[in-house]
Amino acid sequence: MSDIAIKIENLKKRYKLGAIGGATLNAELQSWWARKRGKEDPNLKIGQDYSKAGESFWALNGIDLEIRQGEALGIIGSNGAGKSTLLKILSRVTAPTEGDIWINGRITSMLEVGTGFHGELTGRENIYMNGAILGMSRKEVDRKMDSIIDFSECRQFIDTPVKRYSSGMYVKLAFAVASHLDSEIMVMDEVLAVGDMNFQKKCLGKMGDAAENDGKTVLYVSHNMATIRNLCSRCIVLQKGQIVFDGEVEKAIERYTEEFALELPSYYDLASYTRGGVALGTKVCINSIEFIDRKSAVFRNDEKIDIQIKWKEMESLNFYFRIIISTVDGTVIGMIDSKSSVGHLSEGEYSGLLQIDISPLVAGKYMMLVEAYKFAGGLSFQVDESPLIPVEVVKGENCKYHNWVNQYWGRIMFDDIVYR
Amino acid sequence: MNEYTTHIKSKINWFDFDLKELWRYRDLIFLFVKRNYNTRYKQTILGPLWLILNPLITVMLYVFVFGNIAGLATDGSPQFAFYLCSNAIWTYFATCITETSNTFTANTAIMGKVYFPRLVMPVSSVITGFLDLMIQVVMLSAVIIFYLCTGTQIHITSALLLVPVLIIQTALLGLGCGIIIAACTTKYRDLVVVVSFGIQLWLYASPVVYTSTMIPANLYNIYMCNPMAPIITVWRYSILGTGEFPALHWGISWIITVLVLFLGVMLFNRIEKTFMDTV
Repeated sequence: MSDIAIKIENLKKRYKLGAIGGATLNAELQSWWARKRGKEDPNLKIGQDYSKAGESFWALNGIDLEIRQGEALGIIGSNGAGKSTLLKILSRVTAPTEGDIWINGRITSMLEVGTGFHGELTGRENIYMNGAILGMSRKEVDRKMDSIIDFSECRQFIDTPVKRYSSGMYVKLAFAVASHLDSEIMVMDEVLAVGDMNFQKKCLGKMGDAAENDGKTVLYVSHNMATIRNLCSRCIVLQKGQIVFDGEVEKAIERYTEEFALELPSYYDLASYTRGGVALGTKVCINSIEFIDRKSAVFRNDEKIDIQIKWKEMESLNFYFRIIISTVDGTVIGMIDSKSSVGHLSEGEYSGLLQIDISPLVAGKYMMLVEAYKFAGGLSFQVDESPLIPVEVVKGENCKYHNWVNQYWGRIMFDDIVYR
Repeated sequence: MNEYTTHIKSKINWFDFDLKELWRYRDLIFLFVKRNYNTRYKQTILGPLWLILNPLITVMLYVFVFGNIAGLATDGSPQFAFYLCSNAIWTYFATCITETSNTFTANTAIMGKVYFPRLVMPVSSVITGFLDLMIQVVMLSAVIIFYLCTGTQIHITSALLLVPVLIIQTALLGLGCGIIIAACTTKYRDLVVVVSFGIQLWLYASPVVYTSTMIPANLYNIYMCNPMAPIITVWRYSILGTGEFPALHWGISWIITVLVLFLGVMLFNRIEKTFMDTV
């Protein structure tokens, strides 16, 4: 019982749709008077959907959750799933409509770093200010001042008003303050989106430490699956205000990405597809891409993928195909090249079969991007590209590994080590 | 569920104030006050000199318009001391209201991101205003000492001891009115306009530029229901030793102050939980 840090019971939050009240008291009285006489409300915009007015929207619809102490919980979900609302309620910025939350310990919320910073005050003054807002006493801040300044990497500028700071320094300072709090629970909403790589790493390290060594509870919302993987020991997926998955991080991420790649079509008609660049598709235009003899783009990693490509050449050109494979969250994994030119000497419509070998890929979902490119002066230039094509790779029958862990080992199974 | 330190619930009780929590955040109150001071006169030429210039110019205007042109009586006090005296307490009251009434609207950015007892903001505004008042009180003392040395009619009595009581009452009343308005402005912005306009009207409904003894006897009781009227009258009585001491009305004024403050804290407390959704 006592090792539970946060207990959420049947939490609901309702927002009213449409404008909340009139903008002014006068407008509200007008509306009220009109309704009273059964007349049309003079303040409704013409064409406004009347049926929605006064209706409500459940941003959170019955959340039940228990978070143990020392747990690092990731919260993922598409936009509007209720992640931020949940964090707002937890950090007591707004109150729930129904339900209860019991919290054991102090909560630091970092919904946005640098809240309460005042541009005219110096870095040092702002540390006191921000510390106090987050609930630290003056003595506590005094004690940690040096450590905070070191962590922020801003010692040189600490007595300069923060309005002269770069946005990176600003964030570093703010994060430094927040991360030095002695609170038992940390609530964070994408705070690491800013700051350079080194600092992000440092912050992740600090948060990981907090969860693992200091027994702090961390709640982290992010769209960056890599940081969720790094930091969290458990993950929930929110969808339309409800928890649709609760458990292992990898499975949660898979569950979440499924929302975007539910269908895996095997045929793409690209003749009328709008290219990402103006020049793309003007010299060579890929008309269609098809995975031959497939109903959907699901492949075993011990088989070869046959791709039928049809294209049109507008001019005589030496060009090549390459296929770029990335994970669903956008990390590029590798590239396969056609190596020899597929171009023809005259314009016209052509088709060809590309066969690729995906045996090093571990099971999972991937994105493929087919590109046509040419060489000019030793550099390669894209001439056309397909949209991202979602594919799924499943384990073949004679797979070398049974328990491959993406989180630790990545996505590629290299050939075995040759021991001499 | 006793082992949990915090309980966030959906039902908001009208009488759920947590003044202990406010006390725990006293460092924050202090820092807000300091911030208000540090930042107010950054990048101005005269800087804190404005704190002296501002009342000085106002009072000179009062002396000219109400003293010389209109020729209003001052119960025998020197005009300059009279207006300086009433202006000091009135300005404090007006500042308290205006500064606290925009608590929610002016601080949406910070309040939307992090929790602290919201009452910290209005309380720190009131304390900031108090420091301004102190500067005016110092000015006033200098003027009174000058008049005493030159032998003008000013009576220092033991009533001077009432000064702190009056300042506290003004602060509480200003805070109470201010947070009631703050609670209402989250939804209706009209009140922002009403505040600046209303304070002007209230100024003339209070004995700031005239004395309460000028009020016709049949209107006197109604007039004194304005809680600021007895405060200003007693304030001048205790400092300049002139005018009357309306003990009964001052008592009523205290009752109103306490009621307004209580109502304000109650409303504020209720609104602060959900104001982010309506502001």
